[in-house]
Amino acid sequence: MELSVNGEKLQLPDGATIQALLDHYKLQSVRVAVELNRDIVAKKAYLNTSLKSGDTVEIVTFVGGG
Amino acid sequence: MTSTPLKIGPYELQSRLIVGTGKYSSLELMQQCHHESGAQVVTVAVRRERLLDKNSGRNILDFIDPQKYILLPNTAGCFNAEEVVRVAKLGREMLTGSGYRGADWVKLECLGDTKTLLPEPVGTLEALKILVKDGFQVLVYCSDDVMLCKRIKEAGAAAVMPAGSPIGSGLGVLNPNAIRIILEQVKENDPSYPVIVDAGVGTASDVAAAMELGVDGVLLNTAVAGATEPAKMARAMMLATESGRLAYEAGRIPRKLYATASSPWEGRINA
Repeated sequence: MELSVNGEKLQLPDGATIQALLDHYKLQSVRVAVELNRDIVAKKAYLNTSLKSGDTVEIVTFVGGG
Repeated sequence: MTSTPLKIGPYELQSRLIVGTGKYSSLELMQQCHHESGAQVVTVAVRRERLLDKNSGRNILDFIDPQKYILLPNTAGCFNAEEVVRVAKLGREMLTGSGYRGADWVKLECLGDTKTLLPEPVGTLEALKILVKDGFQVLVYCSDDVMLCKRIKEAGAAAVMPAGSPIGSGLGVLNPNAIRIILEQVKENDPSYPVIVDAGVGTASDVAAAMELGVDGVLLNTAVAGATEPAKMARAMMLATESGRLAYEAGRIPRKLYATASSPWEGRINA
């Protein structure tokens, strides 16, 4: 299936979860927040939230700012 | 002898200086500056995770001790209420269950354009109302307009944060009169309501001058991160915040046109 992640196209196997997506990028869940189609996904739901083709995902973190 | 603590939203702070985490040449230097500044609150921004080329996997949070610092997520780079609310919620989600304090508050920043980086008042108020309804304690970056500050307070903001001058300009507090009127008006019958000067500081005397007006605190970033020796400037900012506050609490002498002798006239041997 094809996803849009932070504005970039990504191919992942059908049925992959948010957790699988984070694992793909080697990201720690404690250091990110995730939006799926504009809705925030709670961290405890990463393991059982499956993605489908066409989904838009945003993965954010904290950076320096004032 | 120390100045009185500051209460904003859910937190009581010993330090009246809030510092940013942006523009440092290294995370180690940022950490050192935070230490030298004595600040208990540091601001952070929410951005897309870099999915490739992850900067060797280092995250800014690895350089901020959750025991020592409260995080204040900002909505920097947002230009309308919808963007502000979206980013504020992502910041809260980042902090929820993270071991860091700061999930319950946000620095609302809704900008008008990229050249002035001045706050856009209509979007600011609109976003504020939504965030307050959603349970956020909102610290609002705004212009030094007294009527706007009053409306922001009425809408339920935890603090108003008028700019001293444009972000990163280093011009200090350009209109101290406006800040004084804001202080009088928003603190009328509510003297503990927090007013923070946010943005524009260039050097330590700007901070001391702002604190002497009676503002409750100062928020700054570039003045430290951009200094030739940032850690030294961070310490200067700590001292300026404390000395400015103590001077305000002590109560300065009135300004007079002519001299008043400090030594007695009586007993002069040549009289």
